[in-house]
Amino acid sequence: MEQPVRSDLPVAERKGARLGRRLAPYLLGAPASLWLALFFVVPMFTMLSLSLQTCDPVTLACRLTWHVGEFPQAVGEFHAYFLRSIQYGGAATVIDLVVAFPLAYWIAFRARRKSFFLLMLLLPFFVSFVIRTLTWQFILSDQGLILGTLKNLHLLPQDFHVLATGWAVTAGIAYNFLPFTALPLYVALERIDPRVLEAAADLYASRSMAFLRVTLPLAIPGIFAAFLLTFVPAVGDFVNATILGGTSNLMVGNIIQNKFLLFTDYPAASALSAILMAVLLVGIALYSRVLGSRTIEEYV
Amino acid sequence: MQEVDVRLDRVTKDFGETVAVDDLSLDIHEGEFFSMLGPSGCGKTTTLRMIGGFEEPTRGTVYLGGRDVTNLPPYRRDVNTVFQSYALFPHLNVFENVAFGLRRKKVDKRDIDRRVREALELVDLRGFETRKPSQMSGGQQQRVALARALVNRPKVLLLDEPLGAVDLKLRKQMQLELKRIQEEVGITFIYVTHDQEEAMTMSDRLAVMRHGRAEQVGVPEDVYENPQTEFVATFLGASNLLDGELKEERDGISTVLLSGGDVVRLPSSRAPFRVGSAVRVGVRPEKIQIEADEGGEPPMGLNRVRGLLRMSTYIGVSHQYKVEGPGGAELTVWVQNLGARPAPRPGERVVLSWRPEHTFAVLPQGYAAEEEEAV
Repeated sequence: MEQPVRSDLPVAERKGARLGRRLAPYLLGAPASLWLALFFVVPMFTMLSLSLQTCDPVTLACRLTWHVGEFPQAVGEFHAYFLRSIQYGGAATVIDLVVAFPLAYWIAFRARRKSFFLLMLLLPFFVSFVIRTLTWQFILSDQGLILGTLKNLHLLPQDFHVLATGWAVTAGIAYNFLPFTALPLYVALERIDPRVLEAAADLYASRSMAFLRVTLPLAIPGIFAAFLLTFVPAVGDFVNATILGGTSNLMVGNIIQNKFLLFTDYPAASALSAILMAVLLVGIALYSRVLGSRTIEEYV
Repeated sequence: MQEVDVRLDRVTKDFGETVAVDDLSLDIHEGEFFSMLGPSGCGKTTTLRMIGGFEEPTRGTVYLGGRDVTNLPPYRRDVNTVFQSYALFPHLNVFENVAFGLRRKKVDKRDIDRRVREALELVDLRGFETRKPSQMSGGQQQRVALARALVNRPKVLLLDEPLGAVDLKLRKQMQLELKRIQEEVGITFIYVTHDQEEAMTMSDRLAVMRHGRAEQVGVPEDVYENPQTEFVATFLGASNLLDGELKEERDGISTVLLSGGDVVRLPSSRAPFRVGSAVRVGVRPEKIQIEADEGGEPPMGLNRVRGLLRMSTYIGVSHQYKVEGPGGAELTVWVQNLGARPAPRPGERVVLSWRPEHTFAVLPQGYAAEEEEAV
């Protein structure tokens, strides 16, 4: 009797194949892990260690002295900038959520050509961040298209200005980060089965009630993601404050940038960055307690 | 005698160029289990959605309990729906899913609690209150969907292929369950399905639908025993159809000359066509007797054709025979396996006979070609 042929490969090679299969998830994950290690973990620890170092202001040679003084100094000197950053970033995020939700809702449920509108939403991304912000400077300038015209018509006093105010910075951030808010909201809303909304209507829920009891709760993971993706970079932003904020509306990002590039005070800049990160992490942890991760796990 | 609960009066629904429901009129009685049966694209689901308020008719009127509800939104109609995909709320647990309608109607809190528990008991899901839909099997989700609709005690319950996604064994069980629940609560059920067996076993009455129209409406037995169109004859169960011409009508008996040369008789009430019409004569496979052809005459009064037995399939409880009849027509015969007589063998000449009252006639309509176009 002849044994049925199971495989053309010798035993050792078949073992190799089995091993390969077991290793596959790790191999697939390797590039991303390597990426994270190289460009996230290493820089983060470098930054943390830098905040505990002492540097020679002339040669810029630094050594680890475990000097923790930068932290209280950073908080003492710049807490107003932290608060302002959270204020501007938070306000911009709220504005974005309010603007983006109806937009995403409309694209997800009503629009005929979804991809066209998504492209329109993303199109500003094809222009450099700085150029986009500079354009806003042009639009909002004291004698520019809008304010200039209104002033000529005597609808606004001559000394009225928007640039160099917190409003301009907040508006700039809100404008620049809108797609980060709209896209996760769109994804979450798009995933909602329209039949579930029909079921709500069937069970005596008016349109507004169905929205409140079904659409909104099902959109929570998207709202959470939109908030994270907007708020975190918005708080750390320095471009909008630089271009639209003048000198009296600087954010913590500006301070960090100045400390690094202008004053080459690496330990102080690192300490500020570390504090910002810690503040955001604590804030987000608290926030996700309220409506975040637990619910997210349930939906996925 | 019976109250009309749902009435469709010349309802038409167009989707652009396509006519989904075409001038349909239906009366559905209070407390009955009514099925709409048909292939996909026949308009059954659209009809159900118009009763539920999810689609507005292009023309015509929908009445619920005598009241014109044509333009009322779903949330203002006293009907509830069990959706094909269940459409449970994924963010709510079983209790809250079932309580959803009662909460919207602002029912008293204690009543909600009691009624939800009753509804869950009715569908045999006690103890599942805190589960999320995603933690339940398809059959259980199905029951939640049923409880969620029934708890509101609607006038009419609409069911859109509710058993489409559950496996065969569970489906049989759920069919009986649904029927039991319907009898228990006494609500009118309107049930949409493409499964003819399901429709027959559960319904008090059914409508066989095609191309947005009801081809035939009646109690399952009548529709099965006396199909009035070729489509009904082939969609609801299997039929043998033989081409012929209606030759004579006398004393309540009509005579048809088959194109193979045989003559068959049937009650005239089952062939309400003009003499001279081309017809197709039908008989159900289980109504036919099959015997080896020994040249003798079969009992008087039976219709009979001779043929050649081509294939015999043993199914255990029955034999299925394929017989080449006169003019090359293929006939299917099912014979219960009583073991009384030796089964005829392929290649043998056989005689097929059946009673005239088991014979029906329909007008030929080339349904196969139209069917492709509908899908």
